[in-house]
Amino acid sequence: MAGFSVQRYAPERSAWGKLTARDSVVRKLDWPLLGSALALSFIGSLLVYSATRGRDSLTHGDPYYFLFRHALNTGIGFALMVGTIWLGHRTLRGAVPILYGLSVILVLAVLTPLGATVNGAHAWIIIGGGFSLQPSEFTKITIILIMAMLLAERVDAGDQLHPDHRTVAKALGLAAVPMAVVMGMPDLGSVMVMVVIVLGVLLASGASNRWIGGLLGAGVAGAIAIWQLGLLDEYQIARFAAFANPALDPAGVGYNTNQARIAIGSGGLSGTGLFHGTQTTGQFVPEQQTDFVFTVAGEELGFLGAGLILVLLGVVLWRACRIARETTELYGTIVAAGIIAWFAFQAFENIGMTLGIMPVAGLPLPFVSYGGSSMFAVWVAVGLLQSIRVQRPISA
Amino acid sequence: MTNIPETGRTQRVQIRLVVIQVLVFSLLLTLGGRLWYLQIRNGQEYSDEAKNNHVQQVVQPAVRGSILDARGVPLADNETRLVVSASRTELMKMKDDGKSVLTRLADVLGMKPKEVLDKVRLCDSKTPQPCWNGSPYQPIPVTDEATTQQALTIRERAEDFPGITAEPTAVRRYAAPGKANTAQVLGYLSPVTDEEITKAQNTDSPYLRSDQVGRSGLERTYDKELRGKAGVTRYEVDNLGRVIGQAKNDEAEPGSSVVTSIDARVQAVAEYELNDAMKVARQSFDKNTGENYKADSGAVVVMEARTGRVVAMASLPDYDPNSWVGGISAKDYAKLTGKNSNFPLLNRAIQAQAAPGSIFKVISSTAAVNAGYPFNGSYPCPSSYNVGGQTFKNFESQGYGDITIGRALEVSCDTVYYGIAHKEWLKDGGMNPKKHPNDWFYKTAHQFGLGKETGIDLPNEVSGRVPDRKWKQDFFKANKDAWCKQGKKGGTYVEQIAYENCLEGDKMRAGDSVNYSIGQGDTLVTPIQMATIYSAISNGGTLYDPTVGKAIVSGDGKSVQEIKPRSHGKLPFTRKTRNEIDGALAGVATRGSAAWRFGGWPQDKIPMHAKTGTAEVYGKQTTSWFATYTKDYSVVMTISQGGTGSGASGPAVRHIFDSLYGLDASGKQDLKKALLPTPQKSLPKIQQDGSIESPEIKPYRPAPSPAPDGQTLAAALGRRD
Repeated sequence: MAGFSVQRYAPERSAWGKLTARDSVVRKLDWPLLGSALALSFIGSLLVYSATRGRDSLTHGDPYYFLFRHALNTGIGFALMVGTIWLGHRTLRGAVPILYGLSVILVLAVLTPLGATVNGAHAWIIIGGGFSLQPSEFTKITIILIMAMLLAERVDAGDQLHPDHRTVAKALGLAAVPMAVVMGMPDLGSVMVMVVIVLGVLLASGASNRWIGGLLGAGVAGAIAIWQLGLLDEYQIARFAAFANPALDPAGVGYNTNQARIAIGSGGLSGTGLFHGTQTTGQFVPEQQTDFVFTVAGEELGFLGAGLILVLLGVVLWRACRIARETTELYGTIVAAGIIAWFAFQAFENIGMTLGIMPVAGLPLPFVSYGGSSMFAVWVAVGLLQSIRVQRPISA
Repeated sequence: MTNIPETGRTQRVQIRLVVIQVLVFSLLLTLGGRLWYLQIRNGQEYSDEAKNNHVQQVVQPAVRGSILDARGVPLADNETRLVVSASRTELMKMKDDGKSVLTRLADVLGMKPKEVLDKVRLCDSKTPQPCWNGSPYQPIPVTDEATTQQALTIRERAEDFPGITAEPTAVRRYAAPGKANTAQVLGYLSPVTDEEITKAQNTDSPYLRSDQVGRSGLERTYDKELRGKAGVTRYEVDNLGRVIGQAKNDEAEPGSSVVTSIDARVQAVAEYELNDAMKVARQSFDKNTGENYKADSGAVVVMEARTGRVVAMASLPDYDPNSWVGGISAKDYAKLTGKNSNFPLLNRAIQAQAAPGSIFKVISSTAAVNAGYPFNGSYPCPSSYNVGGQTFKNFESQGYGDITIGRALEVSCDTVYYGIAHKEWLKDGGMNPKKHPNDWFYKTAHQFGLGKETGIDLPNEVSGRVPDRKWKQDFFKANKDAWCKQGKKGGTYVEQIAYENCLEGDKMRAGDSVNYSIGQGDTLVTPIQMATIYSAISNGGTLYDPTVGKAIVSGDGKSVQEIKPRSHGKLPFTRKTRNEIDGALAGVATRGSAAWRFGGWPQDKIPMHAKTGTAEVYGKQTTSWFATYTKDYSVVMTISQGGTGSGASGPAVRHIFDSLYGLDASGKQDLKKALLPTPQKSLPKIQQDGSIESPEIKPYRPAPSPAPDGQTLAAALGRRD
C-alpha cells in the first residue's frame, strides 16, 4: 500500500505548490523541533556575544568575532541538516560504514602531530584560519549510525524480533574502537556521552536485558578501575574533588564552579539584563562562551531565561521521543533514541556542572555553546531526526 | 512491498522508549529544580557574593570638623597643604609599572627615587615600612609638604606624570588663638589601628584605613561628630582588577564643627595667669621645707555658675598639640610621656586629685547644719583641740573665742570643725560604731558629688575619693600586710603610722574624722569637682554636669544641635543654709582669709565669694587651693606644691575676674575692656555657606602690676587659709 504512488496521476504543480503540498517534505517536517533548535542557537549567539565582546585577548579586538562565527556555524549546521534531510537517513544507511571509517580515521588523526591540546584534552585538529575540528563530536553520530545499522538490519528485514547476541557484541565492538581512542586523548566527557549513547541505542534496539545490565555493571566497574588504577590525569581528579567540595580550593580548581554558581545564583528571577551581568562583563567565569555558556543565561536572563533554555531543550527532546515512537522501522527508532540519549545526557552534564550538581567535564551545551564541530554534529542529528519523521512508513 | 507490520515493533522496544522518555524528562526536571534553588531560593546570597566580586571602593576622606570657642574662634581647624599622590592603578598599567614616572617625580620633589618607590609599594608581611597599607585603588600620598612650585611643575607637565596628582588637602591645625593653647582640652589625633577598624566595621560609622582618630580631649569625645562621613566611589572591576566602570559615588560629608563654651580670650588669660602664679610661687620661700616652692603643676577652671559650662580650663605643664599632626616623632613622644616629662598630656583640671584643704569646709558646714548644729550657733574656736592625746592645732595656734559656723568659714577656724566632727564621731559610736552610723560628714561629701566623676564631656576624668568607712575597710584589706610588715612602734613617723594602721587601719578613728572635717587626710578631689560644687553654691544648689561642648554644627551649617546643660544632683541644704554659707563666703573675700587679695573689689556691684585652702601632703609641699564665685562664674585654681591658697593662687584668680568683668586694680569697671561681663549665651553666627563667623582676637596683655611677692606677704601678715 505504501508503495502505491498517487503522484503519477496528479497534475504538475508549481515550485511553491510542491513545497506546500500536503505530502511535501516541508509540511512533513517537525516544526516544533526545528523551531526550538533554531531558538536555542539564536539565544546561544546572544550569550556567546555577551560573554566574549569584552574578552579582547580572545577576540583580537573585534567584539563580533565570536558572534559572527557562531552565526556562521549555525548556518553551516543548518545547511548540513537540510542536506541530511534531502539525502534521507535511509540513503545514508548505505554510506554508514564509510562514514564510520572516516570518523575513526579522524579520531586517530588527533593522536598524530595534527592534533592539539585544549584544556588538558588532546582532542582537536587545527585546520588553520582560526578553525579547528573536534572529531569526537562526529564520532558520536557515527557510533549511533553504525550500531543502528547493525542492530536493525535483520529485525527490519523481519528475520528477527530482536537483535541476537552476536549482532549486539559486534555492534558494541565497533562502538568501542573510537571510544577507546577518545578515552586516550583523554576526553573523558565525550567518552561519558558515548557510553550513554551506547546504552540508549541498546535499550531502543530491544537487545536482551542481560546486555543492558551487563553494560551498566561494566560501566560502574570501569569507573572504579579507572579511579583505582590512576588512569585519570591530575586535572580530572582535581575537577572531581572540586565538585565534591567546591570550598576546597576557591582560588584553584574550585574557582570555576564557584564563580559559575555565583553567576547563576545572582541572576535571580529575571536576571541582570542581557550584557549587564557583572560576573560576565567582569569575566569571572572562564570558558564562558563554550562549556559555561549557561552561566551567562543564568546571570543575565535569570530564572526565566535559563528556564526557557531548559524548556526549549525539553521541546527538542519531546519531539525526538515522539519521532522515535512514531516510526515503525527499528533503524530509525534506534537512531532517534541514540540522539535522545546524546542530547539529554550532554545537556544534563553541561548545565548540571554549572549548577554544581555534576562534576566539571569539557562538554558543550547542544545548539547554545560556541564551537563548530559540536554545532555541525547536533544539526546533522536534527537532520537525521527530521528525515526519520519525513520518511516514516505511512500508516494509513 | 515489505512485511513490516503497522505497529512495527515489539512490546519490549515500546516500553523501553517510554522508559527513555521518563528518564530524559526527570533529568530536565532535576535541572529546573536546581536552577530554582540557586536563583530564587538562594539568589540574594549569590548576588551579594557577586557584588563583592566585582566592586572596589575608593575613598575620599571627609574634612574633619573644627573645634570653635564660644564666639566662633577656631581652636582646632584644618589648614591646606599640597599633597602629592600616586595612583597605583594608573602606574601598574605602564610597561615598567610606573618606575620611570616615580623616578621623575622623586627628582621634582627632591627625594630619593627609592624613597618614593618604597612609599607606593603595598604592605604585606614581608615588606618593611615605609609601604602603603591602604587600598591599592586609593591614591597613595607621597608627600604632604610639597611646595607650590613643585605642585605646579607636576600639574603643568601632566603628560610626564601620568597617575600623579598634586592636590591641596586638609591637615589638622591647632591655632592657639591669642595664645590660648588649650592643649589638653582639645586633645589630639593619631592614625586608626587595625583593631579599631575591625571593631567599627559593622557600625554606622566605620573607620577608613586613612582615618585619624581622636585620642584625648574633645577630639576624642566628639570624634564621631567631627569625623564626618568619607565619600566612597565604587568602581566595577573585572577578574583582573581592571576598572570597567563607575558604579556609585557617595559624596564625602564634612564633619560637624563643635562649638565649645571655651572663650579663647579668657582661656589665654587663665593659661597666662596660672603660669605666672606658678612662676611667682617658685620664687617664694617655703619655711616648712626650707626651700622655694616647686609649683610643679597646676590647673584652673573657669565655669559658668548657672550652666556648668566651662569657659576656660588650663593645666600646666602643657604641650603643643601640633606636634601630633602628621604623626608624632619618637623624640616628641618621649618628651610627652617619658618618666621625666612630668606628664604634660594630663589634664590636671580633671585628672589630678589632691586633698582639698579648707575649701572642703563648705561641705563640713553643710554637714554640721544637717546634723543639727545651727549655723549661727556658738562654737568654741580655741587655738588647738585635743583628741585622744593628739593635739590638732589651728594655723599659727590662733584662737577666736566662741564663734558661729559662718565666722569659722571666714577665718578658716579648724577647731570649730574638729569639735563638731569629734562629737559626731562619738555619737556614731566612736571606735565601736553603731550598726547604722549617721556619718553626716561623709554622707554630705557624697551628696556634694565627691568620690565620683562629674561627667564632664572629656575622657578619662578621675573620681577623687571620700575616705568613708567602706573605703577604709577596702584600703585596709589591700594594705594590711604591707603595713604590718613595715610598722614599728615608736619608730619613724612612717613606721609609727604603719604600726597604727596595722592595728586598727580598718576603723574610723577620732583623728581620721577630725582631720577629714577640714579637708585634710585621705580625701581627694579634682579641680573640676570643686568648680562644680562652688558653681552649685552660687546658683542655689544645682550640680551641673560640666560641659565644654556647647553645640554641634553640621558641615553645611544647616543643623545646629545644642548641648543643653544637665544636672546630676542638688546640694543637700536648705535655701536658708545656702544663703548663710553664701554670706560667709562673701565675708571670706571681704574680711576673711582672702580679703587681702580682693582689695578694692566692687563687692556691692559684683559680689565676690571665696574660700582658700592649703592642703598638707606628706613628704611634699602644701597644695594651694582657691575656690571663688560670683553670680556668673566660679573659678577654682590649684597649684601643687605651690604654697597657701590665697598666697599662690590669689592674684591669678583676681586677674581672671578682672579680665572677665573689665576691672582695673582699683576695682573700676570698664565694660569695653570686659571680656565676658555676662556668660556668652548666643552661639556664633553661621553664614549661608555653612562657615562660622570668627571675630578677631588679641593676645592677653596682663596689667603691669607691681605685685608684691605673695607668699612672703602672706607669711608676713600671718595669713593662712
